[in-house]
Amino acid sequence: MAARALINVPPKAKRGEVIGIKSLISHEMETGFRPNATGQLIPRNIIKEFVCTYNGVEVFRAEFFPSVSANPFVSFTTLATESGTITMTWSGDNGFFATESVAITVE
Amino acid sequence: MRAWRIAAALAIVGAAFPAIAEIPTAERKSGYDFMSRESRAMQDDDTANAGMLWVLDGETLWNRHVAAEKSCADCHGDARTSMKGVAARYPAFSPALGRPVNLEQRINICRTDRQQAKPFAYESKDLLALTAFVGRQSRGIPIAVADDAQTRTFIDSGREAFTRRQGQLNLSCAQCHDDNWSGRLAGNSVTQGQPTGYPIYRLEWQNLGSLQRRLRNCLTGVRAVVPALGAQELVELELFLMWRARGMPLETPGVRP
Amino acid sequence: MTEPLPLVTPAAVATRRRFLIGAAGFAGGMAMVTALPAAAADDRPAAMQAALKAVIGGETAHKGRIKIELPPLVENGNAVPLGVTVESPMTDADHVKAVHVFTEKNPQPNVVSFQLGPRAGTANIQTRMRLADTQIVTAVAEMSDGTFWRDELEVVVTMAACLEDS
Repeated sequence: MAARALINVPPKAKRGEVIGIKSLISHEMETGFRPNATGQLIPRNIIKEFVCTYNGVEVFRAEFFPSVSANPFVSFTTLATESGTITMTWSGDNGFFATESVAITVE
Repeated sequence: MRAWRIAAALAIVGAAFPAIAEIPTAERKSGYDFMSRESRAMQDDDTANAGMLWVLDGETLWNRHVAAEKSCADCHGDARTSMKGVAARYPAFSPALGRPVNLEQRINICRTDRQQAKPFAYESKDLLALTAFVGRQSRGIPIAVADDAQTRTFIDSGREAFTRRQGQLNLSCAQCHDDNWSGRLAGNSVTQGQPTGYPIYRLEWQNLGSLQRRLRNCLTGVRAVVPALGAQELVELELFLMWRARGMPLETPGVRP
Repeated sequence: MTEPLPLVTPAAVATRRRFLIGAAGFAGGMAMVTALPAAAADDRPAAMQAALKAVIGGETAHKGRIKIELPPLVENGNAVPLGVTVESPMTDADHVKAVHVFTEKNPQPNVVSFQLGPRAGTANIQTRMRLADTQIVTAVAEMSDGTFWRDELEVVVTMAACLEDS
């Protein structure tokens, strides 16, 4: 099944208001340090990068390492500057890529 | 002096396992109550509860047409109404089979009998997603499995399994979960074992999992023979546990450590 | 129901740590157990210092302005809620550019790095991290004026009582 993402952005905000954004995505974040049943290391398979853009402008970025938990969750803030689209993208090992967008109305 | 010490030690060991006593209804607590503030916060926030990822996938599956056959939605419509209260009364008696079935089995019966599809494997992503989605529709609803002429023998069978000592450690479920809850075993709380949140996102698994997965883990823990997923004895134990938790609200999808 | 009391004394923690490192190799199914580490356990504090240096270079990371939030006693090391806040007006002239988090005992010292800026509004971030053992977590904030600020927090991590097959 494709990666499932859950993002939470307030649908409406006042101009200049600080809004909270939450993101959650399904991903096992295999560290590369775990052995399998026969003792071989399971290869690393993680999300490496998470980027949030607001009408195309990058407003937040995170670099993940294996110490980030499975099904990574990130909560952060951004300024509600204008109406438009907030987009989140995740990318990582083995060509992993996922994106979710949501509209926001700023008065 | 030595004899006194030995007697005292025996008395302490003996006291650790008093006669088995059911938890009074008013004293029942969900695993939620034993968790840290942070774990509870994870469960309470749908935008931060990893179990919701499976609920969302389950919603997609609910609406998906299986080959050219019907989707769940084609018969059951909007799950928000049609599935409300359903998970709270499973395992339920199946007249066709003459025994109780759990929600996973009920979904697979629908798949084979009504959708002409292969049953999902136990603990597969798809089956977990559907049970999480269906279970979510019963959140807040008191657990209410049937306790009647049809189900009583199976509830009794589950109770027998719950109170029987088993495994190399020779422990029964009741000894920890009826008699010693609120204690601790190494770093973990010993809870009452009330199945109020299944399927749960268990931090230990970093994954969603069913009640049967959890029961099999416990049986491994006491070094007992572990029945296969879907085994009749596990369904009966599930039924007993849900009966024992009757009236407690469902929290699906729960988060547990 | 009241919160369970953490039942640790320094001696208990030290004993448990030795048990954990010894038992780690057999608990195959558990995440982040240090069975085959990238750096040997003894080298990890040095690896962390190197990772820290890669971020701050020759500068000093002053104590203050940044605060880590972690539960003092962790129920499960697989998903520990981590919060980081930095005091900053977050203006164009004065803001947090980045936040970096490190551990001293996980197989790899870097946990996560966040890139911020004035558009963030506040420097207040939550995520979930893995902790392989009781240890100190360090966070460093990089400010727009080139200064670095740090905070450290010790977290106690216990191990699940019953080993499971699946």
